[in-house]
Amino acid sequence: MDAEIEEPGEQRSGPALSAKGLTKRFGDRVAFQDVSFDIGYGEVFGFLGPNGAGKTTTVRTLGTLIAPTSGMATVTGIPLTPENGVRIRQRIAIMPEAPGLYLRLTVAENLECFAGLYALPDARQRIQRALQAVTLAGRANDLCGKLSKGLRQRVSLARALLNDADVLFLDEPTSGLDPVAAHEVHELIVGLRERGVTIFLTTHRLEEAERLCDRVALLNTTLRAIGRPDELREQLFARTLTVSTLAPLPEPSRAFDALPAVTGWRRDDQNDQNGAATYILTVSDAMIAAPAVTRALVAGGADVLSIAESHHSLEDVYLELINEDVEAERTASAPVVRKAAAP
Amino acid sequence: MSMKNVAVTRMLALYSKEFREYRRNRSIVATMAVIPLGIVFFPLIEVLAAPASAASALLKGDPLVILLGIPAILPSILAGYAIVGEREQGTLEPMLTTPIQRSELLLAKALAALVPTLAVAYVVYALFLTITRLFAQPAIAAAVLQGPDLLVQILFTPLIAFLSIWVAIGISTRSSDVRVAQQLAAITGLPTLLVAYLAAFNVIPATLGVALVIATALLILDGIGWRIVSALFDRERLITGTS
Repeated sequence: MDAEIEEPGEQRSGPALSAKGLTKRFGDRVAFQDVSFDIGYGEVFGFLGPNGAGKTTTVRTLGTLIAPTSGMATVTGIPLTPENGVRIRQRIAIMPEAPGLYLRLTVAENLECFAGLYALPDARQRIQRALQAVTLAGRANDLCGKLSKGLRQRVSLARALLNDADVLFLDEPTSGLDPVAAHEVHELIVGLRERGVTIFLTTHRLEEAERLCDRVALLNTTLRAIGRPDELREQLFARTLTVSTLAPLPEPSRAFDALPAVTGWRRDDQNDQNGAATYILTVSDAMIAAPAVTRALVAGGADVLSIAESHHSLEDVYLELINEDVEAERTASAPVVRKAAAP
Repeated sequence: MSMKNVAVTRMLALYSKEFREYRRNRSIVATMAVIPLGIVFFPLIEVLAAPASAASALLKGDPLVILLGIPAILPSILAGYAIVGEREQGTLEPMLTTPIQRSELLLAKALAALVPTLAVAYVVYALFLTITRLFAQPAIAAAVLQGPDLLVQILFTPLIAFLSIWVAIGISTRSSDVRVAQQLAAITGLPTLLVAYLAAFNVIPATLGVALVIATALLILDGIGWRIVSALFDRERLITGTS
């Protein structure tokens, strides 16, 4: 029984997190289904989805708190099995959405307890480092029950930093934080990525995911999309140029049809104002199309107000995919109207 | 660090945390003071008021046995909070995400309830005996201060406390409300209190044979209790509320 404890960070080949067909059901209810991904070391991976999509259950499953119904996964190269629970938990840290602090204990006492639960040899220094990382070094002796929601959130983050985990699961880490504190957490995440820590970031703040994440996955019980934010945009939305002219073009097809990299166009009446006209051009490459469009319009004597490449945010991607699901659900649950039989 | 040292470190961390929480929780401190006083009050009055002629009757029974109600009731209040309390304040999930093992967690929780119980119980016995010696009739004091009775007290206290603790932790793992868990756990200590009263009034004869039988039964029940609680402790159910 006196076997030596493995030091975290020994195995670093292969993905930090890998899931293949991972599924969790609670009786008849499917929490998440057929989830597959590989996440590398030092990657910030955004895990997005509406409430009830199965994000927290996925994190709990990968964190060995609950067992998957089917499928396979590895965490820091260790197969996700009940026997490997302790080994996996030594190498990961989870910051849950609710801080879950002992309110009658001070900040330092909370962290001391968790440093002990990880059996960390140099607990004091680690606690000091973690508190400095979340700029709470001056509040170590404050009772957690007397802290604001945002400060509790930062204590919870400090707790997740204690064991220098290889994989850090952060569930809404900036929820309840003011913009300055949120910015500091973002910088902390970037710093951790540079140190090779894998961050599994669950968030509803899409601009946060877009800014921080190397890749994102969109979960709505099943994995709806996975990739870099710009890849997802390209997959879902055609690249477009929005062209505004002072007056409608007399023959727009003549102006746009033969241009390089322009694959189609349409008039956008809804955005027309004060007699101006707006055209949406579908393009294969904006860098080629934009100058050509400008030259053609100027040569044709049009008064150009603006030419801009349309930008789709991660929020647009998210809404597009979730709306597809909502529509599909609506269609599936719509009552079937049967025609009355002819007399 | 060896596995044994790691396990001890984790248990100590949890144990220290429990103590810090007890110290800062006035209701727990009050409970730990009031319950022993309630149990010791009537036997003490009875012993102090007893005439010297009652000494022979006291020698047949064991009035000290009533004090075993302290290890029967007191730890159930502390241990009843152990799991459901963590769950209610949202600290169970963060704790379960650490490498702490089920056995370490349960033992740390059990020890955190056992140690104050033993301290309170032994201090109350000592006070009871001191007061009896100082203020009771000498014949009564001599009847109460019997070596075998003291030995029973010292040996039975941890055995009874452990049984109460396992029952209370078992209830705590299945309950979703702290107050319900603590009340149920306290009620489960009452049969032990009843047996103690029956022994004190000589309905159950306080002989060495009976003591050995009861001690053996308690030891077996403690072992069974530990196994049942281990089986009841299901991380998934505790986290998600589903089985």
